[in-house]
Amino acid sequence: MSKKLKNWKEIPIGGLIVEPGNSKEYLTGDWRTFRPVHIPEKCINCMICWVNCPDSSILSKNGNFDKFDYDHCKGCGICANSCPVKAIEMKPEVDFDE
Amino acid sequence: MSKTKIDRTPLSGAESVAQAMRQINPEVVAAYPITPQTGIMHAFTAFVNDGDVDTEMIRVESEHSAMSATLGASAAGVRAITATSSNGLALMHEIVYIAASTRLPIVMPVVNRALSGPINIHCDHSDTMAERDSGWVQIYCENNQEAYEMTLLAIRLAEHKDILLPVMVCQDGFITSHGVEGVKLYKDSIVKKFLGKYKPKHPLLDTKNPITIGPLDFYDYYFEHKRQQSEAIHNVRKVFPKLVKEFKKISGKDYGFIESYMMDDAKEAIVVMSSSAGTTKEVVDRLRKEGRKVGMVKIRMFRPFPISEIKEVLKGVDIVAVLDRVESFGAVGGPLFNEIRSSLYDYNNKPKIVNYVFGLGGRSYTPELGRQVFDEISKDKNSKDYEHNLVRYLVVRN
Ligand code: SF4
Ligand code: SF4
Repeated sequence: MSKKLKNWKEIPIGGLIVEPGNSKEYLTGDWRTFRPVHIPEKCINCMICWVNCPDSSILSKNGNFDKFDYDHCKGCGICANSCPVKAIEMKPEVDFDE
Repeated sequence: MSKTKIDRTPLSGAESVAQAMRQINPEVVAAYPITPQTGIMHAFTAFVNDGDVDTEMIRVESEHSAMSATLGASAAGVRAITATSSNGLALMHEIVYIAASTRLPIVMPVVNRALSGPINIHCDHSDTMAERDSGWVQIYCENNQEAYEMTLLAIRLAEHKDILLPVMVCQDGFITSHGVEGVKLYKDSIVKKFLGKYKPKHPLLDTKNPITIGPLDFYDYYFEHKRQQSEAIHNVRKVFPKLVKEFKKISGKDYGFIESYMMDDAKEAIVVMSSSAGTTKEVVDRLRKEGRKVGMVKIRMFRPFPISEIKEVLKGVDIVAVLDRVESFGAVGGPLFNEIRSSLYDYNNKPKIVNYVFGLGGRSYTPELGRQVFDEISKDKNSKDYEHNLVRYLVVRN
């Protein structure tokens, strides 16, 4: 998160975003107060969480659950709520070191 | 460049602006009727109907929508205009602020009318003065000719690469908007050449270069964008004189940020805006005939505020009366008074300065009242306690 911020002369006027697709540079992960944690033993790879995540922060591999994208996951808890087998747990961010 | 010699055309202030709009031929005009602005759109929609312009005229359901549609069109990358008055402007306020923040070169003629309530349709400056911190350039016109010419100049000013800000071109409701004067219209071909083609830097409809307009902007960048805006409006100080010089080849006029009238040796002065400047010039002429050293300063551009010109012109004056056609409730005097008083703060030999709030809700400002102001301040000049009567009302029944 320690990206160097540009000064007022270096940025496009009026808040314009002139390069498409740069929203991934905006690390929304630091908004999070609760962190989703995956419990692989319970997961049935139904991918309902993947469908429901509003921030595309569930990453998949070969059609299965892979991991969370914590740089962008805002901690909304929708995945945990929609998981049919309770394989995602929301834990307070303060419980983690980094 | 050859000067165009055309006879004057009898036009109201509203029609004069509509003529400027006809020559601008904006791609989009969105409007909602409100007295006394309606005169502008009444005349302009006739041009649309008659095929004199190519404009897409959008009749919207409110001023909030008028400003929104104009903003959308401007963001898309075309010249877009709307016009309003009074509560219409107040209803636009949210988008007025966004238009400036988004750096869209919209031009908006405003016909000044008192804000409600109680409801009133006549002139004062409460509507545009409420928008003075919105980030728009504000030009106030004395008469129909000026309203016509400033509307044309506003297009170039707004679209200048170092500015890219919206511009309000204000004229007094009814007094100017409905008063008919002989207006010298310049040839379409010459005006169109002056206006040129608008080349937007980041048009939203340029699908090859997709952009996002109006995204979220938090504590990490919002402040930087405000700093840019501040720089841009101050760039008007550099750009406007250049445009005036270019336009002078057509108009023959030297438009400044202010206009001084008989100020060279003046000891007493009135500072005023819009149509009341014309009345005050008449008063100055009469008093000069009586041998009194009086003068007048008209503020043509209120935003950005012409601080250095004010300092220069009021140097050596004994006393200044600033006339505000708006009350700033709870403040010490009106907005113009505060700007001017603050401009003079650094002077050692600053003139005395008093404020007159006048003309609210369309109350007349007559030459007799102008004379009364000069008579009063010439007494205050030698009085020690004029400050106890800093803000006066011209004229409220006691
Ligand atoms: S908490 Fe919300 S943002 Fe994060 S992975 Fe789950 S659904 Fe996506
Ligand atoms: S919703 Fe639950 S079970 Fe389904 S893939 Fe996601 S974590 Fe696994």
